[in-house]
Amino acid sequence: MKNKILLTVLIFFLIFCFAIFLKSLNTSSIYVPEKSEKRELPEFVATELFSNKEITSNEIFKDSDFYILNIWASWCAPCREEHPQLMELSSNLSVKIIGLNYKDNPKKAKKFLKELGNPFSTTIIDKTGIIAIEFGGYGIPETFIINKDKKIIKTFIGNLTEDALKEINSIIK
Amino acid sequence: MKILKFLFILFFIFNINNVALAKSNDQLELKISKNLRCLICQGQSIYDSQSDFAVSMKLLINKKINEGLNEKEIYDLLIEKYGEWIVYDTNLNKNTFILWGLPVLLFLIGGAIILKKLVFRKV
Repeated sequence: MKNKILLTVLIFFLIFCFAIFLKSLNTSSIYVPEKSEKRELPEFVATELFSNKEITSNEIFKDSDFYILNIWASWCAPCREEHPQLMELSSNLSVKIIGLNYKDNPKKAKKFLKELGNPFSTTIIDKTGIIAIEFGGYGIPETFIINKDKKIIKTFIGNLTEDALKEINSIIK
Repeated sequence: MKILKFLFILFFIFNINNVALAKSNDQLELKISKNLRCLICQGQSIYDSQSDFAVSMKLLINKKINEGLNEKEIYDLLIEKYGEWIVYDTNLNKNTFILWGLPVLLFLIGGAIILKKLVFRKV
């Protein structure tokens, strides 16, 4: 009798382990950060790419209902792919697009914008990558939607797809 | 001469304080970076990883320590940005209660079994 109970417990335990392993096989082990909704915009001082002057976050994020902050670099291939989407968004006057040039060579960054067009009203330099982390970014390209209350309301990781563009347009309309 | 001596002692004490503070800040930075997970090289700590993200994170930790934030404030700041997953040593909350509670529960069950066996053996 005792052996039968032990055997049943063992079988259930093995089935339980098998179910866990089976579930793990179909689950991605790559973690994507769970961004808390409506995070506060970080305060920072950065250098503007073209004027080389220092600018504060309060000066950048003012006079608009929505802001789009895009983390990009001239060495990043997906940034080149998503550039037409940013150019399209720049035609919308209700939104201000800010570029965060991530660990890049300023000369190459300027050349990149000259070649593909400049969708950014302000482009700031992030030589160390600290500003990107203050925003909660962990790779490039990455795009943040910020509302007029200076809250980050949406994050798009990776290059902007057509679906992402539709979602952004529905938020900022 | 007395003033010179006094100034020298003052300078010496001031420098010792600075060195001690820098040392404690370095130790705190090391401790925090060992308890943070790299989001690029997942499975490695920020301390071990050499990814761009980890390098920037180390700079950020250093900056925040110099701004006067303590260990808990730095963890809270990063948890708000990246979620609980970024820290190895997680806080007790509704998502982690099994992680923290199960070992205690197993310990209690094990202890009860051992105790029961010992009591029965004596009887």
